[in-house]
Amino acid sequence: MAQKTVEFTLGRNPEMGVDGRPTTSPLAPIDIQEPDFESHNMLVNFGPQHPATHGVLRLVCELDGETVVRCIPHIGYLHSSFEKLGEYRTWNQIVPLTDRMDYLAPLIYNCAHVMSVEAMMGIEVTERCKLTRLIMMELDRIFGHLLWLGTFAMDAGAFTPFLYTFIERERIYRLHEAYTGARITTSATRVGGMMSDMPADWPKGIREFCNGLPKTLDECEVLLNDNGVLLGRTLGVGAISGEDALNYGFTGANLRASGVAYDVRKDQPYYDYETYDFEVPIGEHGDCYDRYLCRMEEMRQSLRILHQALDRLEKVTGPMDVQDPRISLPSKTDCMNDMESMIHHFKLITEGIHAPPGESYFPVEASKGELGMYVVSDGGTKPVRWRVRPPSFVNLSVLPKLLEGHLVADLIMINASIDIVLGEIDR
Amino acid sequence: MADEKSSFDAVAAGPVPSQDVESPATGAVATPPSHPSVDALRARFGVAILHHEVVAGNQHVVFIPPGQNVEILRWLRDDPAQRYDLLRDVTAIDYGVGRPLHVVYQIFSLTHKRALRVKCELPLDALEIGSVYHLWKAANWLEREVYDLFGITFLDHPDLRRILMPEDYQEGHPLRKDFPLRGRFSRAEQTRQALSQDLGHYYIMEEIELGGESQALPPTVSEMEAEAAEKAAGVD
Repeated sequence: MAQKTVEFTLGRNPEMGVDGRPTTSPLAPIDIQEPDFESHNMLVNFGPQHPATHGVLRLVCELDGETVVRCIPHIGYLHSSFEKLGEYRTWNQIVPLTDRMDYLAPLIYNCAHVMSVEAMMGIEVTERCKLTRLIMMELDRIFGHLLWLGTFAMDAGAFTPFLYTFIERERIYRLHEAYTGARITTSATRVGGMMSDMPADWPKGIREFCNGLPKTLDECEVLLNDNGVLLGRTLGVGAISGEDALNYGFTGANLRASGVAYDVRKDQPYYDYETYDFEVPIGEHGDCYDRYLCRMEEMRQSLRILHQALDRLEKVTGPMDVQDPRISLPSKTDCMNDMESMIHHFKLITEGIHAPPGESYFPVEASKGELGMYVVSDGGTKPVRWRVRPPSFVNLSVLPKLLEGHLVADLIMINASIDIVLGEIDR
Repeated sequence: MADEKSSFDAVAAGPVPSQDVESPATGAVATPPSHPSVDALRARFGVAILHHEVVAGNQHVVFIPPGQNVEILRWLRDDPAQRYDLLRDVTAIDYGVGRPLHVVYQIFSLTHKRALRVKCELPLDALEIGSVYHLWKAANWLEREVYDLFGITFLDHPDLRRILMPEDYQEGHPLRKDFPLRGRFSRAEQTRQALSQDLGHYYIMEEIELGGESQALPPTVSEMEAEAAEKAAGVD
């Protein structure tokens, strides 16, 4: 085919008018050389400063059109080496480090650490202390799940549940503050007991919260359960089989949504969880929607446990701390009036608690999954090794597997559904 | 005062070294209570089960040679009487002063509701051990973390890179006892390194290759410096 070239120089081209526009259309089609459009996958950087990453998570995704071919997560932006710091802290000084990990459910981390140290030292805490910690842990399970619910709904485009859940979270913040004086950085526990006895009306406040929460949960469920947008974005998205989920190390509600009924509270009970009447909700398909349903039901089950624990707390009297001068601080009055108490106080403050050589791995069911505190002592007042088995860290490592073949938009929902907190992933 | 008597007794008894403090569950017990998996391991692998101890009352620890870790853990996962199907944790312990590092596996059997801790001792001059990634995918990031923070190499791991520390971190492995708490370099040196980072700090090699069009990427600090130097040379 003869190639026709068109010159666009003004005045010299007879086919062009004085205004520069062509007066006639070309008779033969102009043969334009097709540029060489080589098809290749695209690399998209997502985060670390992106609101839908729930922290400073960075994902580098290889995209084929809109489909995620591969996803490489990068973490460590919040890394503060808490485990190294812990080796330079006494057993009680580690407690403030723990609530800075999962700041969405700090009390569970406070409790888990001292429970592990107590298991290693063979300390049996008082019944009242056990009940208080159990109440705290269940309260913070709801605390963590509420934030997850709000952000999960917001990532799906629904803003209202976020406001509802934050009203309820504010009530828990106030309960934290009433007991510990802090809203997030609670540091409520000590080895062998609690930081102090609870305020007199604290159980009453929790009871009021427990009575009010079901209404909010109902409202959220009315908004979300049959919501077309949410269903469209979560049904069948990010599904994983139970076998795979277990092999990849999923724990918590993520694993249970895939149909594996593994809950540390049932399978390796601590603090008499076996005597409480509650159920472990399990899902069927292991997709985002089942994870949503599991967590909603878990909050209701936590409320059941809370009611039972509060009933028991009314009947239990006695001290909060173990009555052992090597572990618990004496009262201020004793310190001022009694030489031995003052010596004990001085030794505990300056040296810390001497733990015998040994080690302990203590798993508890945190709001994100299985939280394991592994402490190793060589007989000193500081740990040789203080290891946290972070549930979100292992849960996040499954993300590339969940994302395979999904769209970029699903990335947001899948990431929201596995419930991560970067403070604990990076530690 | 209710506790006056007890505290007085403790003082009268005098200081006691913490090892001798009587408490129901501390340290290794002389005749450990049996654990079905430990008995089965002894029957199956014999001398490869180097040591068995019980800590914190009811937690069972088994020491195995590092060369056989994959073999033994695979048997623990697949044997119908064991079925340890959940790998809870992989971590390491450094006891310092040149003592061997311990690699610790926490495994749990959902079928039999049983937990077991398996440990391997690695001498400091041979920090290599087989990866259990092919048994449990959960080991992927956990082993990367141990590699990052302790410098233990996991053979056959598909993607052994640093995970918490930056890819191009030069100072070593932070959780080792010989690593100082504040890092090896001075604060000024650390700042200088942080400011002179190039693309390799933000992307792994694979991603840079995948990204392809290197012209489309913004110039790195070192490239800009080289360009400026070239210009300066041209003026002269």
